[in-house]
Amino acid sequence: METLTKFDLSAVALRDVNAALHAKNLSGEFVIENPSGAHNLAVGLDAPVKITIDGHVGYYAAGMNQQAEITVNGNAGTGVAENMMSGSVWVKGNASQSAGATAHGGLLVIEGNAAARCGISMKGVDIVVGGDIGHMSAFMAQAGRLVVRGDAGEALGDSIYEARIYVRGTVTSLGADCVAKQMRPEHHEELERLLKAAGFEDDDTKAYTRYGSARALYHFHVDNASSY
Amino acid sequence: MTNWALRESATFDRPTIAAIQRAAETGIYDIRGWGAKRALPHFDDLLFLGASMSRYPLEGYRERCGTDVVLGDRNAKHPLHLDIPVTIAGMSFGALSGPAKEALGRGASEVGTSTTTGDGGMTAEERGQSKHLVYQYLPSRYGMNPDDLRKADAIEVVLGQGAKPGGGGMLLGQKISERVAGMRTLPEGVDQRSACRHPDWTGPDDLTIKIGELREITDWEKPIYVKVGATRTYYDVKLAVHAGADVVVVDGMQGGTAATQEVFIEHVGVPTLAAIPQAVQALQELGVHHKVQLIVSGGIRSGADVAKALALGADAVAIGTAALIALGDNHPRHAAEYEKLGSAAGFYDDFQDGNDPAGISTQDPELAARFDPVAGGRRLANYLRVLTMEAQTIARACGKAHVLHLEPEDLVAVSIEAAAMARVPLAGTEWIPGR
Amino acid sequence: MCGIVGLHLRNPDLYPLLGQLLTGMLCEMANRGSDSAGVAVYGDPTWTPPGSGTVSLLEVDATAEEVAATLGPDVTVTRLGETYLVSAPASADSLLAAARAAYPQALVAGFGADVAVLKGVGHPKALTEAWGLAGAAGWQGVGHTRMATESAVTPSGCHPYAVGPDQCLVHNGSFANHATIRRELRAAGVEFDSENDTEVGARFVAQKLADGLDVETALKELCGRFDGFYTLLVSNRDSFAVVRDAIACKPAVIAETDDWVAMASEYRAFVGLPGVAKAKIWEPEPEVVYAWKR
Repeated sequence: METLTKFDLSAVALRDVNAALHAKNLSGEFVIENPSGAHNLAVGLDAPVKITIDGHVGYYAAGMNQQAEITVNGNAGTGVAENMMSGSVWVKGNASQSAGATAHGGLLVIEGNAAARCGISMKGVDIVVGGDIGHMSAFMAQAGRLVVRGDAGEALGDSIYEARIYVRGTVTSLGADCVAKQMRPEHHEELERLLKAAGFEDDDTKAYTRYGSARALYHFHVDNASSY
Repeated sequence: MTNWALRESATFDRPTIAAIQRAAETGIYDIRGWGAKRALPHFDDLLFLGASMSRYPLEGYRERCGTDVVLGDRNAKHPLHLDIPVTIAGMSFGALSGPAKEALGRGASEVGTSTTTGDGGMTAEERGQSKHLVYQYLPSRYGMNPDDLRKADAIEVVLGQGAKPGGGGMLLGQKISERVAGMRTLPEGVDQRSACRHPDWTGPDDLTIKIGELREITDWEKPIYVKVGATRTYYDVKLAVHAGADVVVVDGMQGGTAATQEVFIEHVGVPTLAAIPQAVQALQELGVHHKVQLIVSGGIRSGADVAKALALGADAVAIGTAALIALGDNHPRHAAEYEKLGSAAGFYDDFQDGNDPAGISTQDPELAARFDPVAGGRRLANYLRVLTMEAQTIARACGKAHVLHLEPEDLVAVSIEAAAMARVPLAGTEWIPGR
Repeated sequence: MCGIVGLHLRNPDLYPLLGQLLTGMLCEMANRGSDSAGVAVYGDPTWTPPGSGTVSLLEVDATAEEVAATLGPDVTVTRLGETYLVSAPASADSLLAAARAAYPQALVAGFGADVAVLKGVGHPKALTEAWGLAGAAGWQGVGHTRMATESAVTPSGCHPYAVGPDQCLVHNGSFANHATIRRELRAAGVEFDSENDTEVGARFVAQKLADGLDVETALKELCGRFDGFYTLLVSNRDSFAVVRDAIACKPAVIAETDDWVAMASEYRAFVGLPGVAKAKIWEPEPEVVYAWKR
């Protein structure tokens, strides 16, 4: 039977909570109460555990997560799941700037909206956003997939490398070297898998548009000078 | 017969003419390695006041002159204890070959000092070879991961470097080999564009939170350095301290790079000499001089430079370009090959092309294979020992039992600019311009 | 660098709670800057009596009694920490002129019919206690917590900058071309109290408002003229406006209910606001002016 451990962040220090969650061979389930927008909560986890945070978190919640399944029953501040390597982070509310920034793997689900720079510099993570994303999202996105059920703000995918973006709503504008691309069967399958993993299995993948790199900026060339 | 009537323009000299013609031909800015090549007020303009009637020197050997330094003891459980106050600056695997990075680790470990990863992540070889390894945390976050973070001995949050304060990393396609591409999550052979700002924080108020995150992830074990290129150094150092830095690294404009635009290198940033007193003043005003340690880099070449940086208030220095030269960069033995590349031994700075005949700043396996990391490590260790002994010689001559006991009052300047920048008096006078 | 907060109350039933709510918001932002703090409160009946003008002064080299005696029989002076609130049943402009004449060395932290501006050195929590902020009432308040760079931390370095009647500006971020704009404003006759970049933004907006522009237009012009990264909160007795620069890296969150509109650098500043669980919460888009009027 999985043990359930509760931490009350109004009574115990952040350092003690994080230290406990860094224990070797950590197992079981954990609930963190009264986060009240604290920063750096549940960062650097490296264990196949389940963590539920009951409330809103500040910056960098679940930063550099490995293996853990972390749920935030509230909103998340800047950089939720930044540099995540594996595991999952689920935000029930909205996420602030730079959600999933530079993450290498795992799954980040934001049921509400994500703000600017969602998926910035992403390096292999899968991000699924139930609502809208803000401007400069997927900036320099190197690898991974970003799915947006709502709208995307300005300069989507500026300087994108090989990440793939699927947007159901409108895109205010595309960034440098980011173009709409054809949805082939393998893309529909990939999108379907991602939507299902995020709990949106009823979505019609045909309603989505795929965006990716035109690969025109892969080599410095004088003709591209206006893009720099 | 030389035509003695020929007069070169100081404004449109030959390198300038060549640069304009190159721009007209290619339509793209010039990219190169190394740091600022122009003459700048530097350590050469400072001199030590050795022993006299009122100051007594120490004997060599018998009368010890200590060189050890502790870095990052403000907050971390495990500060760095180095045997010498000279460290190896951050240079990436990607910019440098694998054997070159290995050599840096070997040489540094042999004399008890640290190396630093660069804008490309930590290699197993470097962690294996380096007794003390500082792991850089850069805007690109190439290869960044928590396992390597925990393997590091210190973490260096990089805002910028002296060669290009305000610029991001750059690595051209010919150096994005399969291995480099894999480490950086990039397609092989692309020209790497790098961000100049961090993706998830901007400004010291958010840096405070970010430093908190890095400490929490590593359970407060490791010192956190903050590195800036020298610009508004006084304010940068104050803000770095407020944000929680355990060590501040200031890199002057003479600091090198493997690749960036020539205009960046020569025209952005301030000389190392001008930056050091600003950093020291900032630390003193906050009451943390030597409690938050200062590492200075950008044009450190000899033990005299080391001693002068320490005298001005640094706790340690870092070397980059000098370390590569010690390994064998720009050695006359490659003269013929440099000429084939359109350059010359002593002038070669096209690190970005990846054709380095010395096998140091290349990813080409054949060229890299020329470089023997064991021999290279020995050369670096030799050079580091000479730097240390030279600094000790000077310190002893100034009556110091430890190189860190050197102080600004041990120095005078021989130019007005150097006096003003370093805030030491012009030799023979009590005059410090501007004070 | 710093933390900024702002609260605009729509429901008059909440007016008595303004000070308490603002205190909570400000203290949540203390870890973004704990060297000094400043707040502006609109509509507290004791601090800014209705029908009176009020001037907030710092660096006054006299006691409150001495100031009252110097400035005239109808003048009341309240000292809250390092701030002197000077009120009289006269226009704020005339009171300001009198205060400036009597105390030319003092710093004017704010003036107007309804605004009290309090600034001080020290931890925000200690400052709010010294001011008795929790007991203040009113319809609107803004605040700022500061991480100082200068060794001499002074109360004047803190925002809000209140350089027009009942006007306040708080700023998170840093302008990049303010030195030039300062020179232009000086050439047009504007005087500055500091070398602070935020003051340039405040005086630019005050100039535009004095020229008859509305706050949205003034802020749009600011966006067009100023380079840098900035989140700005500008308040007047009748308006509350937020804008971010085109790149929008500095944090900003807005929360809105039928009873209030709040703005802060971080979400956590909202946790004590009544009904926040049901609030509409979003992050302002770059270069869009969000404004609410009374």
